[in-house]
Amino acid sequence: MEKNKKSKHEVLGSDIGVYWKPKSKIWVAASIATVLLALLVDVLVPNVQFVNPVSYQVFLGGFAAVLTVLWIASRYVGTIRKKLYHKAQFIFAVGIVLALWDLLTTKSGIFKLPFFPGPVQIVDVIVKERTTLLISTYYSMRLFFVGLVSGTLLGIATGILIGWYRQWYYWLFPVIKISGVIPAIAWLPIAIVLLPNSFSAGVFLIAIASWFSVAFMVSGGIASTPKVYYEAAKTLGAGESFLLFHIALPNAVPDIFSGISTATGLSFLTLIVSEMIGAKAGLGWYINWAKAWSAYDKVYASIIIMAIAFSIILAVLTVVRNYVLRWKNGIVQ
Amino acid sequence: MSNPGILIDIRGVDRVYYDTTGRKTEALQNVNLQIRKGELISFIGPSGCGKTTLLRLIAGLDAPQAGQLLLNESPVEKPGFERGYVFQQGALFPWKTVEENIAIGLIARNVYKEKKPLVKQYIDMIGLTGFEKAYPHEISGGMAQRVAIARALINEPKVLLLDEPLGALDAFTRIDLQNTIRKIWKNTRTTIVLVTHDVDEAIYLSDRIVIMTARPGKINEIIEVKLKPERDRNDDEFIILRRRVLEKLHLAGMHIPSRLVDPVELINVLGLGEAI
Ligand SMILES: Nc1ncnc2c1ncn2[C@@H]1O[C@H](COP(=O)(O)OP(=O)(O)OP(=O)(O)O)[C@@H](O)[C@H]1O
Ligand SMILES: [Mg+2]
Repeated sequence: MEKNKKSKHEVLGSDIGVYWKPKSKIWVAASIATVLLALLVDVLVPNVQFVNPVSYQVFLGGFAAVLTVLWIASRYVGTIRKKLYHKAQFIFAVGIVLALWDLLTTKSGIFKLPFFPGPVQIVDVIVKERTTLLISTYYSMRLFFVGLVSGTLLGIATGILIGWYRQWYYWLFPVIKISGVIPAIAWLPIAIVLLPNSFSAGVFLIAIASWFSVAFMVSGGIASTPKVYYEAAKTLGAGESFLLFHIALPNAVPDIFSGISTATGLSFLTLIVSEMIGAKAGLGWYINWAKAWSAYDKVYASIIIMAIAFSIILAVLTVVRNYVLRWKNGIVQ
Repeated sequence: MSNPGILIDIRGVDRVYYDTTGRKTEALQNVNLQIRKGELISFIGPSGCGKTTLLRLIAGLDAPQAGQLLLNESPVEKPGFERGYVFQQGALFPWKTVEENIAIGLIARNVYKEKKPLVKQYIDMIGLTGFEKAYPHEISGGMAQRVAIARALINEPKVLLLDEPLGALDAFTRIDLQNTIRKIWKNTRTTIVLVTHDVDEAIYLSDRIVIMTARPGKINEIIEVKLKPERDRNDDEFIILRRRVLEKLHLAGMHIPSRLVDPVELINVLGLGEAI
């Protein structure tokens, strides 16, 4: 019975079963050791490429220090212990990969510049270019949020109209369905010509990318509200607007979140592509600009920043979603 | 013609359904029934005899093809809070807590501000104090049905319609909830219409038991339960009445486990002894 439960959680990856890696202290120690190994490799092995190793070494030293602090804290805090033990093997591998990568690039030149910069160079570039990268990230995020939020709000509004009123469904649903299959970025040439600047063009593209997926999901969620909920509400004295805002819309909230998830993914894509093609600022623009100068270390640097920024957005979205949908936690689907 | 003691007057009601293949089901045929103010009346009968259909007609969730349903002499046209309804599976709103589910009626009717204290009162009444903030999936089936009942009662309906509210519960929870229903009925004096499959439940709770038959669904017989208010399931009169109801149901086409109906006795009761 107990065994059954475990394997189910492994499959579903549900909350209880997330931290399932071995509960051995050795792996935490080993992970700190490999991070220190990467540091040692960089300090001791001579370079064949000219680089400034300070940032990378500070980074590795800091990483090892944080791990050590967590390791000590894990003796006292159960949640830290679970997470750290679970992640230890992965961090162990990261340390080895960093050491190897360093050896194959900066230390030996087996992989050649400019296409394969070493970790030392990338970390150094991130630190050196931090102002430009920060400003670019700021521009990208601004464009992203304005576009996603306006698209989502429009999507929710359209979704409600389509899901609730037959007339709106009749006229608008086919439009949504057909436009939904067109990647938003296809509108780029038109957006650039018709809108006053690259910012508004970007907002427009991201907004339509998210609009369609949100509208589609919301209308579906509203339309799929079980009839018995409406009937129950009616026998409790509900009128039309109550049915919409207290029954149909809450019932559609999980779908709204799926819509937003899809919209977020599409928006990342649309954001970067539209910046690469049409903008004068932002991470997409930065990548293109770096490529023009064959500064591939900067390309990697901005890719890493993107990965971090987008992961944070997705993580925040997950937290918000879990909070809003707390009534659903544990409901067997 | 008008009788002040009558709350719901059902006159010659027909309800026919056609399924997708066009086949006709007479869910109700010429049903006549007068439900008195303040009584607890139950509908019992084989599956498909139209119990739910009749309850939905009273609630205004469905309309008859012929005949009339009157509530205090005015026709029932659409659902309204003065006819509270408890669905077989509760139909609590999963995104609302226990407390919010119970408050729904007040909010829907725009009286939440004045009547807010009622929420706590009804939570206490159904014995769910401490579970106010729980979500429906976090409570048991029996608790969920209590919430569904409180949710309907908070509107102080003229009639409470219960469609097999205890059908999905185990025997102990069932008895527990039967006592709760009886207590609520005594305290509030609300008219209650109860659909059930359980003969003991019907006898234990009701003033009158309406026995229905299927295909076409109609009322077969109405039995007055003349037991004293404090009922005991092992009381002689209770047992005699149980046997009577079971026999009627057996004749109405309901499958009754044979240990509950003694065929010889059945023959005697029906006076068929000589014929055999
Ligand atoms: N919406 C519908 N469409 C078609 N036929 C229906 C519909 N609702 C009910 N019926 C039919 O009407 C008849 C009576 O149904 P009803 O649900 O009222 O029975 P019931 O007495 O409540 O049965 P049970 O004890 O199984 O709940 C059944 O034969 C059923 O198949
Ligand atoms: Mg039924």
